[in-house]
Amino acid sequence: MSATAVQPSSGYLQDLLNGQPAVPASKQAWLNKLRSNAVETVSKLTIPTLRDEEWRFTDLSMLTKISLQPAHTAINLTAEEIKRFHIAEATTRLVFVDGVYAPKLSNIAVNDIVVSNLAAELAKNSALLQQHLGQHATINGNVFAALNTAHLHDAALIMLPRNTKVKAPIHLLFIATQKDVVSYPRTLVLADNGCEVTVIEDYVTLQDEAYFTNAVTEFVLADHARVHHIRVQREGGKSFHIANCAATLSRSSNYQSVSIAMGARISRYNLNIKLAEGAECSADGLAMIANRQLADTHTCIDHAQPHGTSRQLHKCIVSGGAHAVFNGKIMVRRGAIKTDSEQSNHTLLLTDKAHVDTKPQLEIFNDDVKCTHGATIGQLDNEEVFYLRSRGVSEDQARNMLTYAFGAEVIERIPVVSLKRSLEKTVMQQTSTQL
Amino acid sequence: MIYPNSKTILEVRNLCASVEGTPILKNMNFTVKSGEIHAIMGPNGSGKSTFSKVLAGHPDYEISSGTVLFEGKNLLELKAEERARAGIFLAFQYPIEIPGVNNSQFLRLTYNTAQLHRGKEELDPLEFDDFVRDKMKLLEMREDFLDRSVNGGFSGGEKKRNEILQMALLEPSLAILDETDSGLDIDALRIVAHGVNQLANKDNAIVMVTHYQRLLTYIVPDFVHVMEAGRIIKSGGKELAMELETRGYDWVSAEYKAASRVAA
Repeated sequence: MSATAVQPSSGYLQDLLNGQPAVPASKQAWLNKLRSNAVETVSKLTIPTLRDEEWRFTDLSMLTKISLQPAHTAINLTAEEIKRFHIAEATTRLVFVDGVYAPKLSNIAVNDIVVSNLAAELAKNSALLQQHLGQHATINGNVFAALNTAHLHDAALIMLPRNTKVKAPIHLLFIATQKDVVSYPRTLVLADNGCEVTVIEDYVTLQDEAYFTNAVTEFVLADHARVHHIRVQREGGKSFHIANCAATLSRSSNYQSVSIAMGARISRYNLNIKLAEGAECSADGLAMIANRQLADTHTCIDHAQPHGTSRQLHKCIVSGGAHAVFNGKIMVRRGAIKTDSEQSNHTLLLTDKAHVDTKPQLEIFNDDVKCTHGATIGQLDNEEVFYLRSRGVSEDQARNMLTYAFGAEVIERIPVVSLKRSLEKTVMQQTSTQL
Repeated sequence: MIYPNSKTILEVRNLCASVEGTPILKNMNFTVKSGEIHAIMGPNGSGKSTFSKVLAGHPDYEISSGTVLFEGKNLLELKAEERARAGIFLAFQYPIEIPGVNNSQFLRLTYNTAQLHRGKEELDPLEFDDFVRDKMKLLEMREDFLDRSVNGGFSGGEKKRNEILQMALLEPSLAILDETDSGLDIDALRIVAHGVNQLANKDNAIVMVTHYQRLLTYIVPDFVHVMEAGRIIKSGGKELAMELETRGYDWVSAEYKAASRVAA
């Protein structure tokens, strides 16, 4: 293992920070301070190696070998060029090209809530933004979240006033167009008391060369808010995608997340959910990877107060020589009685070279809780293949159908029909070409 | 029903099969003619479920000797899917669930696959919808059955009905029902049995594999066979099932052993 570990070079991080002074100073002193703190944090950290417990399966040496530049000017895309990424139900859409807000490609079809970019809202909502921006996703010990915050200039912003229920999903579309570019997508969703909203966070690409997406997303749910968070990572095959998401759930709020990881050469998603009293969450995921891809998902569901409920189904479909990693931490803090938590993790290995490292991690500091977890790793069930063949379906078709069904169990949980259908189609195509 | 001059559908001669080196079927002999309904009974481990899987072409079973002719063709050289397309249907004891695959799409896929291989017309979704709804009436199935994923969240009874629905669509010449009565309450059993009875005709044949006599009061067999240790040790008419119900299997076994000693 140590042979492949990189020597973290502060030079590399310095290179990544070199573009930072170009981030324009804000009129808001607190934002400048947030950034300078992050720069300082980065300077104390290094790029993690396999020797770091949190990164022991995910080797980032490839990332440190490419030279990356931040993108400050967006490539001009036409509406036509990005049309294929549109999601029919999501009439409200914020588009970021290489991390830069593209107002011409965006569409705001709501008026009782704020769906905008940070730069436009900063002056109007300074106090509220100061209270939340960068306050949920921690940068301490997290070099990538710190790098993102160091470059924080603009962001996708959704703010829902009390009791607003938004039917149509809101699409946050992050498009990568340039090679050797690092982008820092940033999202903040503030759902006030009793709000309901569905947010689709979608990472796509128009090119196949290497680039790096380093994203940070924060969800803040006030009491009784209900938020669906759908995350789709379909980056290019040579790209790197590292993302940190933090969701803070107030009393009796409900956060349901479905995360699909299909793209990128190397991807890492950290999802941290913190539950207050009576809050509920689900954190479902599907990683479907092939060739030499690596998809690493680390989740932490923190039951900080009593009566919280969490459900988690994480699945991996691994083919070729791909490598999936899942680390699912469930924390039940002292005093968080009557916590009810279920976690299951199932992996389908389609080839001999496919590989998975999976680790459930339960840390319970309390009695009177219900926490279950289960994990399976395996191939397709021969009895199931036989069932389909006994109906006249060929063996190949039977295997494709079962592989598809394995993934569909997660995709079915996406409450946006057209997105669900298009992802099902992608899985269907992938299963029939990979086998 | 037994018809005069009916053709032979299945002819099994001295069939020996094993799984992972353990012999399960030992010189199995069994003949089925069109129009007939057979019941294969026997205690657990007698090999009756294995026999049904062997006929359907389960790849885990190894055939060491013997022959199986299906409508005059060598069945053993066909793969499971080819047997299905040729007209063999196995209703499973435990049908699998396939989340994400819509039941109506699945039923249409299997139906059209069979039609294609029989040189018959395939149906588009609209045509199929009419066709399948008609068949569903036979099994008193609710309409939402079609919109759900295959067997997803179905009760035991619903799964078995879905199996018989597939039998109705595929119109096999040989249907093997493996423990179809298990897990059914009396109402579901009556519906399933009614469906099977409606599907039985002079051109097809049905083989029920069952542990209990219960199913046979609803689907009345022409022949009842008792299996033990991988072969049929006694055959008779429907009254044999009644006798097994009251007397158990031991006397059949004892009778067979005595007869074998005499023969030796």
